[in-house]
Amino acid sequence: MTDATHDTRPAARPAGRIPQAAYAVIERRVQTAVSLAILGLVLLAWQFLPPLLGVPRYIIPTFSQCLAELQRMYQAEGLVGHTISTAIYTLLGFAIGSALGAAMGYLLGMSRFWEKVLSPYILALQIAPKVAFAPLFIMWFGYNAMPKLLVAVLIVFFPVLVNVLQAMRTVDRDLVNLARAYSLNRWQIFRKIEMPSTLPNLMAGLRIASTLAVIGITVGELVGGNSGLGYLIAYGGGQANAAMVFNAIILLTVIGFALYLVLERIEARVLHYIPRAQG
Amino acid sequence: MALEFRHVTKRFPTRTGKEVTAVQDVTFTVNQGEFVSVVGPSGCGKSTILSMTAGLYGPTEGEVLVSGERVNGPNPHVGFMLQKDLLLPWRDIVSNVEFGLESRGVDRQARRARAMQELVHCHLEGFEHQYPYQLSGGMRQRAALARTLAIDPEIILLDEPFSALDAQTKLLIQNSFAKVIAEQRKTTLLITHDLAEAVLMSDRILVLSERPGSVIAEIAVDLPHRDEPLRRRTLKEVGDYAAQIFTLLKLEEKAVA
Repeated sequence: MTDATHDTRPAARPAGRIPQAAYAVIERRVQTAVSLAILGLVLLAWQFLPPLLGVPRYIIPTFSQCLAELQRMYQAEGLVGHTISTAIYTLLGFAIGSALGAAMGYLLGMSRFWEKVLSPYILALQIAPKVAFAPLFIMWFGYNAMPKLLVAVLIVFFPVLVNVLQAMRTVDRDLVNLARAYSLNRWQIFRKIEMPSTLPNLMAGLRIASTLAVIGITVGELVGGNSGLGYLIAYGGGQANAAMVFNAIILLTVIGFALYLVLERIEARVLHYIPRAQG
Repeated sequence: MALEFRHVTKRFPTRTGKEVTAVQDVTFTVNQGEFVSVVGPSGCGKSTILSMTAGLYGPTEGEVLVSGERVNGPNPHVGFMLQKDLLLPWRDIVSNVEFGLESRGVDRQARRARAMQELVHCHLEGFEHQYPYQLSGGMRQRAALARTLAIDPEIILLDEPFSALDAQTKLLIQNSFAKVIAEQRKTTLLITHDLAEAVLMSDRILVLSERPGSVIAEIAVDLPHRDEPLRRRTLKEVGDYAAQIFTLLKLEEKAVA
């Protein structure tokens, strides 16, 4: 509290002289600049600190060594193919897992009985570490795309399911009653009340799921694959090629980030009717 | 007779397995075009009366009739409004007003025309493409009224629709509701705990006892300007009526204690 009174919003003072809108633009530019400066600092530290401290390249390769390795991976290791493979399976796993999760969430949300009957098992499966299933799936399906896809589907499934189910439980009863009073049938109530009411939760579930999908695919590729960035991590690790592992991790992050950003865009469009806080 | 309760009793099962009686042997009628308010202490089953009229659930004993027909389920001839506006936040105002018409086989164009007409009645023209969050509380309640009127109900049920509004908005919205309802000659049942509101807006007031609720008094409000509560408000008799109800409710409290 005392802090707040001390610096009475540095934003408020200059706003008196500069128009509010212009001030907002300046503020945003400053934010971007500081953000980029931090990135620059990290890259500099990454480049110069390890040699300075005598850390060898198989422990922490420098930024430029990683870039050189990236170039080599592009030429010799089929990097583009591996990246695309991982990206596609991530997307596929995410799509299948969240579709199943959402469908299951809505079905259980409509039946109190089945929700009660199945919830302990759902909870158990939710708690079980899904990535640990990977070796099992490889034993069952062999060294192909199936195991990693299954791990991703499984890991994506639950957060979506749980979010949707939670939202179905908390749909405003008065809205449902209003719809009933207007003689809407069960399907119409679902389509016009429950489905849109649960959309914010569904979107939140999807955002969590998008980051998990990357994990699922990576683990699948790590454990038993011959393609994808996860495979490159295992391969690079085996050769003590830390730069390769670094690069693969960064590319995985980029894939996850891209998926997240797309979802955020979709969410902003779909949930346009929810007033959001400034900034 | 637009609405009739005949010896209606409603009991609800509770968690402990016992039953709680919400209303007991309630009998009253509301005539065509009449505006009747129901007042009573909180928890006296006011909202139960409303839900039974809307057909959301049936009475345990007795019967509820709307336009002479027994209510057996969700009733398309009844429009209801709550304290919450219940506007769908993902729809703009005009689509919200259309909502009640969508299960009635009215085609898209006719729905839109009907909705726009009610928005004009409720002084919301120009706001049809706004979303609920962009409107003030009073405007949202007016939009909810437009939605209720759009289905052309025989009876309008109002469950404390003004209680979430600030004092000034409340007076204005009461006035605009009263005007629209009078113009369209709608039969209206208003549930409220605001005694002044009941006196300002009604032809008749039913006073309920504490739970289990039953009608302990029926007061005819013999004052002009039912369509203009702001004018009725200036009459000095208003205070007398409110005081009369107040006494009734107080007495009832003592009898229970």
